Amino acid sequence: MSRSFLGWPAFPQASEREVGNRQLRENVRRATHTIRGKRAVLAAERPDWEQLRDSAAAIKDQVLAGLEEHLLRVEEKVTAAGGTVHWARDAAEANRIVTDLVRATGEREIVKVKSMLTEEIGLDAALEAAGINARETDLAATIVQLGDDLPSHVVVPALHRNRTEIREIFAREMGRHGRPAPEGLTDDPAELAEAARLHLREKFLGAKVAVSGANFVVAETGTLVVVESEGNGRMCLTLADTLISVVGIEKTVPTWQDLEVFLQLLARNATGERMAPYTSTWTGTVDGDGPRDFHLVLVDNGRTRALADPVGRQALRCIRCGACMNTCPVYERTGGHAYGSVYPGPIGAILNPLLKGVDDSQTASLPYASTLCGACNEVCPVRIRFTDVLLDLRAQVADGGQHPVERAALGAVGAVMERPAAWKAAVKGAGLVGPLLPGRTRLPGPLGGWTENRALPDVPRESFRSWWKRNEGERA
Amino acid sequence: MTAGTAREEILRRIRAAAVPPAPEPPRHYLRHAPGLDPHDREAGLALFAERLEEYGARVLRADAPGPAVARVLDDEGARSLVVPDGLPADWTAGWTGRVRVDRPPLGKAELDATDAVLTGCAAAVADSGTLVLDGGAAQGRRAATLLPDLHVCVVRAAQVHSALPGALARLDPARPLTFVSGPSATADIEMIRVKGVHGPRRLAVVLLE
Ligand code: SF4
Repeated sequence: MSRSFLGWPAFPQASEREVGNRQLRENVRRATHTIRGKRAVLAAERPDWEQLRDSAAAIKDQVLAGLEEHLLRVEEKVTAAGGTVHWARDAAEANRIVTDLVRATGEREIVKVKSMLTEEIGLDAALEAAGINARETDLAATIVQLGDDLPSHVVVPALHRNRTEIREIFAREMGRHGRPAPEGLTDDPAELAEAARLHLREKFLGAKVAVSGANFVVAETGTLVVVESEGNGRMCLTLADTLISVVGIEKTVPTWQDLEVFLQLLARNATGERMAPYTSTWTGTVDGDGPRDFHLVLVDNGRTRALADPVGRQALRCIRCGACMNTCPVYERTGGHAYGSVYPGPIGAILNPLLKGVDDSQTASLPYASTLCGACNEVCPVRIRFTDVLLDLRAQVADGGQHPVERAALGAVGAVMERPAAWKAAVKGAGLVGPLLPGRTRLPGPLGGWTENRALPDVPRESFRSWWKRNEGERA
Repeated sequence: MTAGTAREEILRRIRAAAVPPAPEPPRHYLRHAPGLDPHDREAGLALFAERLEEYGARVLRADAPGPAVARVLDDEGARSLVVPDGLPADWTAGWTGRVRVDRPPLGKAELDATDAVLTGCAAAVADSGTLVLDGGAAQGRRAATLLPDLHVCVVRAAQVHSALPGALARLDPARPLTFVSGPSATADIEMIRVKGVHGPRRLAVVLLE
C-alpha cells in the first residue's frame, strides 16, 4: 500500500522524530549544501539575474490576475489541437477522472513522470485501489516508491537517502516489481543509475498509458512543458499511446515568450545547471509522433482558496525549484518529512496552510516552522516574500483558535534546534516572544547567528497577544 | 455534466477570489548570452562547443557532414544507425555500417536495439549548449531520437542562437519540441552527477561551418 501524509503529526512532534535521526540529518545537510553551492555559481553568472526574477514574479502575478481567462484559453487551444480537457475541484475528483481514463484503456500497469501534484492528490494510491499499478520512473521517485517511502524534496524526492540505503532498496525491491537489480550491485551512483535504467527500460517499451504533470502550460498556444534530466520524461511523453497530464491551475503562463524567462531561471535555481538536460513541449497530439490520445486534467484542490488570500496568493507563483528548502536552516535540520506534505521547507510552510486552511493542528503548526531568517526570500526566483506570508498566516492561526494548536506551534522551531531545551529556555527568557521573532530582538541561543545581520519584519502584535492569551489559558 | 459543474465551480471560485489586475511585466533581462558580443559569430560557436563539452558531449567542427559523422559512429563503436526519412544521403555516405530509414516507422524494440540515431535540428543555443528538435526536416519523430543510446546531431552554424530568447522566437509551439542540453543525466543520488540514465547516454554534435 502506498504511504501518504494523511494523519501526519504536527511539525513539532514530526520534527522531533526526524531530528533524532543522525543519518537523515547528514544526508540532507550534504545534499542541500551541494545544490546551494552549484546554484550560487550559476545565479552569479547572470548579470541580469535580478531582472529575470522581476520578470518571473510579474508574469506569475499576471497569471493569477487573469487566471480565468488563461485557463479558458488553455482549454480552447488544447481542444483545438486534439486534446481533451478535464476539470477537477479536488483530489478525489482528479483521481476519479484519471482512474476512469486509465480504466477505459484496459491497462493495469502505467508509467509516471515525477509530478508533485499527483503526489499531493495521492494518485498512486487511488489507482492502486482500482487495481492499477502506477510505476514511477524518475530515479528519485523510483527510490521513494520502491522503498515504500515518502518524498522529502520537490526536486529530489529521495534527498534524504544515501547511496547505501538506495543500494539496499534496489537489491531488495526491484525483483518484486519487474527486472531485478544486477547481482553484486554496489553503491556506486553510476551502477545504481544503470540498475534503474535496466529495470525501467522494459516498462517504457511496454507502456500504453503514461501520467505526467507539467512545469508550465502556455495559455496562448495550449502547450505543455516538462523539464527533466534523465529522459524518463521523454520516454513517458513519447512512447505511450495515451498521455494524461495532471496539472495545477496555477501552472499557466500567458505567452510562449514567457518561457524564455522561466526556462532560464528554473534549472539554474533548481540544480545549478544552465538548462536541464531535457525540456519537452507538446501541444495536443501529432499524427505519427507520440501519444494518440491526450488528456489534460486541470486541478484546483485548494488553489482557489490560496488565490483568495491577498497576502498568501503569491505562494501560487512557485515554480517548484526547491531553492527555498535547500537554503532553509530549519529544513536542513528536519528534512522534508517533518512538514507532513509533499511540499516541505519554506514553500511547504506557507503553501499547505493556504491550500488546506489552518483549521487543523498539522497545517496550523507549519507557519511556525521557520525562524523568519529570510534566506528563502533571497533565493526564490519568483520573489515570494515568505516572511510576509508566514507572519500573516501566524496571525490567521492566532485569530482562528478553535483548536488546541498553540502549544504545538510554540515548540515548532525549538524542537529542531541543536539543543531544544536551551532554545526553549531562551525563548522563555526573551519574554515568550521568541517564536514570533519581533524585529528588534536578536535571537537568543543557537539562532543568534542567523538573525544578526537580517532586518526582520515586525510581528502583528495584536494577533500575538490573543494567540498567547489562549495558549496560556490552556496551559494553566 | 459533472465535468461542466467542476469547470463552472472552479471558474466561479477564481472570480470570487477577486485578484486585482497586475501590471505588464518588465523585460529588462539580456536577450543574448552574458559576456558575449551577439555579433561575434565565432565566439558564439566556440561557446556552444564549450558548453556541450562541459556536459560530456563530443563536438566535431567540420565543413561537410559525411566524414565527421562516419568518424563519430566508428569511434563510438556503432554498428547500426537509424535515420529519419528524408535525411540528406551525403550525411551517411561515408559510413559502412547498417543504416535503417525510419519508414515505415520502426517498432520500439527495433529502435531500442539500434546503436545510434542521426538527425539534424531545428535550432541551437550557445549559452546553454542546447539543441532543439522539432520533428521537421532531417529530425523525424521523437521515439527515434530517444531509444538508441548514441545521438549524433548535425548543426549548421547559422542555426546557433546566442541565447534561449532568440531560439524560442524562431520555434513553432504547435510542433512537439525537445530541447536537449547534454546527454541524459541524474544527480538524484547524493547530488553526484551521473551521465546517462534513460535517454541517450552519449551525444555527439557535428557543427557545420
Ligand atoms: S517557493 Fe520559490 S524558491 Fe521555493 S520552490 Fe517555489 S519557486 Fe523555488
